[in-house]
Amino acid sequence: MSVRIGVVLFPGSNRDIDAVNALRIAGAEPVVLWHETADLGGVAGILLPGGFAYGDYLRAGVIARFSPVMRAVADFATRGGPVLGICNGFQVLAEARLVPGALLRNRGLRFVCREVSLLPERLDSPFTREIGERRSLRMPVAHGEGCYYADVVALDALEAAGQVLWRYAAAGGGIAGPDDSGNPNGSLRGIAGVSNAAGNVAGLMPHPETASEALLGSEDGLGIIRSLVVSAAEWERTGSITGARVAMAAEAGR
Amino acid sequence: MSEPTATYRFAVNVTPKPGILDPQGKAVERSLPHLGIDGVSAVRVGRRVELSVAGPDEASARSTVERLAGELLSNPLIEAFEIEVLGAAVGTAG
Repeated sequence: MSVRIGVVLFPGSNRDIDAVNALRIAGAEPVVLWHETADLGGVAGILLPGGFAYGDYLRAGVIARFSPVMRAVADFATRGGPVLGICNGFQVLAEARLVPGALLRNRGLRFVCREVSLLPERLDSPFTREIGERRSLRMPVAHGEGCYYADVVALDALEAAGQVLWRYAAAGGGIAGPDDSGNPNGSLRGIAGVSNAAGNVAGLMPHPETASEALLGSEDGLGIIRSLVVSAAEWERTGSITGARVAMAAEAGR
Repeated sequence: MSEPTATYRFAVNVTPKPGILDPQGKAVERSLPHLGIDGVSAVRVGRRVELSVAGPDEASARSTVERLAGELLSNPLIEAFEIEVLGAAVGTAG
């Protein structure tokens, strides 16, 4: 039986179908979870898809944070279950304090919709383990508030703890700093995605789920989706995930 | 539970914390020369939320607003807020 992964549907989610499609390609059974439910239906992993949950009113992701399903997702994360937020899903996780930092309005002020090159920082995390080799991954971004921010002390701590999972790649190689053209939104230190301290919750602004089959122009994102699926299967089987720090799983709830 | 006796009106002003990039403020600032205005700088764009809170007294209504402002209306990582009292609104809540 294939592993069941919940895809949370908020009013305003619009990448849920792409998420469902990518999960199927990655060999999982997607289960769509409505935002009003507090019952995750026994899924082994959670994917928060992109879109504009609750119209992005007030701040992107903040209203979604207080929905019944997110309380259940926070409990799931505290138990060590794998949770991946993509784009708006990352914003929801950041507002819910399930991953560190905040996503500010893009530095260039415009909504940015284009392809970027993404560098996985490490290949041993629950969300990068299936990427295979360290190379830049082509996938789209589409957001207005994706500028990753945390203060300098927090950024240093994230880097030291290995919580930066992905960065934007500069056109000439290396990491794209806030003013580099490879960085679509001004994210500090080129950060495109991070995990919590425990390692079982992660978010990123780019869209691996829409780069999961050659027909869509790139399948570079599939390794990230597969990583979620493999980690969910492992968690269901063993109660822990390779690369996640189980002893610190309680941190996930903070 | 005792019945609320009055409704108080507040405003919460949310602004980006000092040092936090505010591209909206920058865009406003850059548009000013087109209006023929100089000498304006450090434009910061925030938001203002006005709300009425029912409670036995102003202090308890204000503590509700403080909680709301810290947990929902602002993100303490990047935004600061100030609460303004707009006065006791109407007599009885209902």
